[in-house]
Amino acid sequence: MDLNGKTPAGPLSQKWDNYIRDSKLVAPSNKRKYEIIVVGTGLAGASAAASLAELGYKVKSFSYHDSPRRAHSVAAQGGINASKNYRNDGDSVHRLFYDTIKGGDFRARESNVYRLAQVSSNIIDQCAAQGVPFAREYGGLLDNRSFGGAQVSRTFYARGQTGQQLLLGAYQALSRQIGLGAVESFLRHEMLDLVIVNGHAKGIVTRNLVTGEITTHAADSVVLATGGYGNAWYLSTYGRLSNATAIWRAHKRGAYFANPCYTQIHPTCIPVSGDYQSKLTLMSESLRNDGRVWVPKNKEDTDKLPASIAEEDRDYYLERKYPSYGNLAPRDISSRSAKEVCDEGRGVGPGGLGVYLDFSDAINRLGREKIEERYGNLFDIYKEITGESAYDQPMRIYPAIHYTMGGLWVDYELMSNVPGLFVIGEANFSDHGANRLGASALMQGLADGYFVLPYTINTYLATTKEKRPVKTQDEFVTTEKQAKEQIDRLLAIKGTRTVNSFHKELGKIMWDYCGMERTKEGLEKALQLIPALREEFWKNVNVPGDEEELNQALEKAGRVADFLELGELICRDALERAESCGGHFRAEHQTDEGEALRDDDHFSFVSAWEYGNGAGPKIHKEPLVYEEVHMSQRSYK
Amino acid sequence: MNVNLRVWRQPSDTKKGHFEDYEAHNLNTNMSFLEMLDVVNEDLTLTGRQPIAFEHDCREGICGSCSLMIDGEPHGPEGKVATCQTYMRSFKEGDLITVEPFRSKAFPVIKDLIVDRSAFDRIIQSGGFVSVSTGSAPDANAVLVPKSSADMAMDAAVCIGCGACVAGCKNSSAMLFVSAKAAHLNSLPQGQPEKDVRVLNMVEQMDKEGFGNCSNTYVCEAVCPKGISVDFIAKLNRDYAIASVRTKILGR
Repeated sequence: MDLNGKTPAGPLSQKWDNYIRDSKLVAPSNKRKYEIIVVGTGLAGASAAASLAELGYKVKSFSYHDSPRRAHSVAAQGGINASKNYRNDGDSVHRLFYDTIKGGDFRARESNVYRLAQVSSNIIDQCAAQGVPFAREYGGLLDNRSFGGAQVSRTFYARGQTGQQLLLGAYQALSRQIGLGAVESFLRHEMLDLVIVNGHAKGIVTRNLVTGEITTHAADSVVLATGGYGNAWYLSTYGRLSNATAIWRAHKRGAYFANPCYTQIHPTCIPVSGDYQSKLTLMSESLRNDGRVWVPKNKEDTDKLPASIAEEDRDYYLERKYPSYGNLAPRDISSRSAKEVCDEGRGVGPGGLGVYLDFSDAINRLGREKIEERYGNLFDIYKEITGESAYDQPMRIYPAIHYTMGGLWVDYELMSNVPGLFVIGEANFSDHGANRLGASALMQGLADGYFVLPYTINTYLATTKEKRPVKTQDEFVTTEKQAKEQIDRLLAIKGTRTVNSFHKELGKIMWDYCGMERTKEGLEKALQLIPALREEFWKNVNVPGDEEELNQALEKAGRVADFLELGELICRDALERAESCGGHFRAEHQTDEGEALRDDDHFSFVSAWEYGNGAGPKIHKEPLVYEEVHMSQRSYK
Repeated sequence: MNVNLRVWRQPSDTKKGHFEDYEAHNLNTNMSFLEMLDVVNEDLTLTGRQPIAFEHDCREGICGSCSLMIDGEPHGPEGKVATCQTYMRSFKEGDLITVEPFRSKAFPVIKDLIVDRSAFDRIIQSGGFVSVSTGSAPDANAVLVPKSSADMAMDAAVCIGCGACVAGCKNSSAMLFVSAKAAHLNSLPQGQPEKDVRVLNMVEQMDKEGFGNCSNTYVCEAVCPKGISVDFIAKLNRDYAIASVRTKILGR
């Protein structure tokens, strides 16, 4: 069955206006009668919860953190895109739209991406009004910088902490609504399941992480804003707590999971230093504005001090291969190029898994002070972790799992195939196709939360006949009981291996067989290894402690159990998609020059997987129809 | 390397806590302090003991979750970093390291090294925002913000809400936290309309939460992982005095 994305009629540039014109509204006096659950308090969740409460809806906000401000959006460094064209350099809504579609390797839904570009300007206005301290020029106007995959300067930023500042803006807007009593905030609460009544999403099951109490919450609609699932790879730039549990359990209740194999591997992270490593730290892509990426031309030089390697013995491979974009080539291309040169034995640092990001030219050209002003905090982070100063020697960087473009399938209204279940931000699949451009995650999270969901959710609420249930109903009682049973099961195993050891082993399988380069054989092997590991987990995991207390091992066990299922779906999707596109690179499908080779005739669709419940997942397809864009092979040369 | 740990263990806020001693072996100096605790926890789990509960998430010094008192210093000996950015290279072979939660009356212990910092959220809810509902903003370049104001706002806005300032202060004062948010918003044109009511409400909420007064020891700045300046406290005092006078004259 083909899925219907519900793209509105009309020319691309008028679809969103047409949608708003025709959309259903809920009268102001009726809004307070509706309750909406928003799970997650990152950019998407906090902005949505605040905006919906401002409209007059009763909102319940959930987070497993101790404060909404801790959500991992906080860690985004570089910036947020918007088609303001403040630089007078030829930017427009259409150009931002086209860059995003092309950057995503023509695997995103055209209408969603166009809308994203349209509302991008409003986001900057909103955030500036909230007091987000964006970088300014001396005249008091907003400053911009360039980012990968674009030839215009459209990225707004707040030093190297743009995500933090945007999140604090949304957090403060949310805090205002909490203070006003319009949002009820449930912190240290983890969503364990979705409650479906008559086919509609009408509530959730949560565990209070301090007391262990499991309870249910009923609502008219449920919004998931719970982020991506990159921690399936264990080592990533994600926060350690980021997990797929909310979206995975919603998937098991019927929501389709779209394009799970589309993963972003960020080219500029600090390389792994040892087996104890718990996470990888990103060095913002903005560094590539002034840093030049290189490795020695000769293998023999990889152990030498970088400064001792003569200019002619260096291979600035991005500048060589992609002269028009150079060091600002998109993330997937930059990552794979780094892997390529390391595979050739020309990598630097421990294990040969690293390339240089060199600032010496920029320091000579602009002076150390300017570089310090632009990137000081990033250089500090690098020094803390590695003990090396990037002012005196090149940084060593290597790609790491950073973002997942896949997520729960949603239509144009950001509603999943389960009526009443909305999915926003990184948790959905909609806007980035097979590769996300830098500074676009913050844009999408806030677009969804501030400017899209507050319009589209009205349509559901105004038209649905399914009213808010009471939580004494059977569906709530049963779902709650099942959540409790899983916890009892996990605690009862008392095996010999820690939760973390399983997570680590899964991560290694995922990185080896479903990382930067994927092959049929490798994926088939992963599809054997993962179920075997899952089986062992359920026989041999050791979860210490009790249910009715703060129990971090128990929390993690539930999340790892879900990753062990999701990991298999990711590999299955990667195997099924026998083409290369964006971050999904199948070694069998490449051009003579080693670039990703798409197969538009056979794979120009969104894969939306239905949970198989023991029978194996079932694929549904949403054909990708391009009305405006002409699909071409991506070229950044 | 090997170190000895003396760690605060407390099952819950209502139960009494105590120190327990552990040994951590075969460590690498490039490990972060939290990665060292991960190793200890793996060992505790495999030997049938309860792992140590501590908060963490981003592990890159920006989320503000981690909150350990290491040898009596919030976030440890390195200065200007969060606990997660403290590395074992800061310690010596055989060191005895004491690990405690961030203690304060306003931060009750939840378990082991985890404390309840929701008082900070309630302070923000009382006034740490600009009242601008979604959709009503003018064009972002319509309001000019002098670069010096934007820079000052940013210097204050870098606060990660970890609570080290409170934990380090002998009075458990939250003045650095409150003043940083007030200065962030009060420095910007967008924050002017609510300037007075903001400082009055935030200070009132701060007092309600049980934080102590500031007696100018400046420990807060010294232990702040972001190095936020105590000058903002002076600014808060000034803004508060002006707001008090204005509201008394004009009526609130």
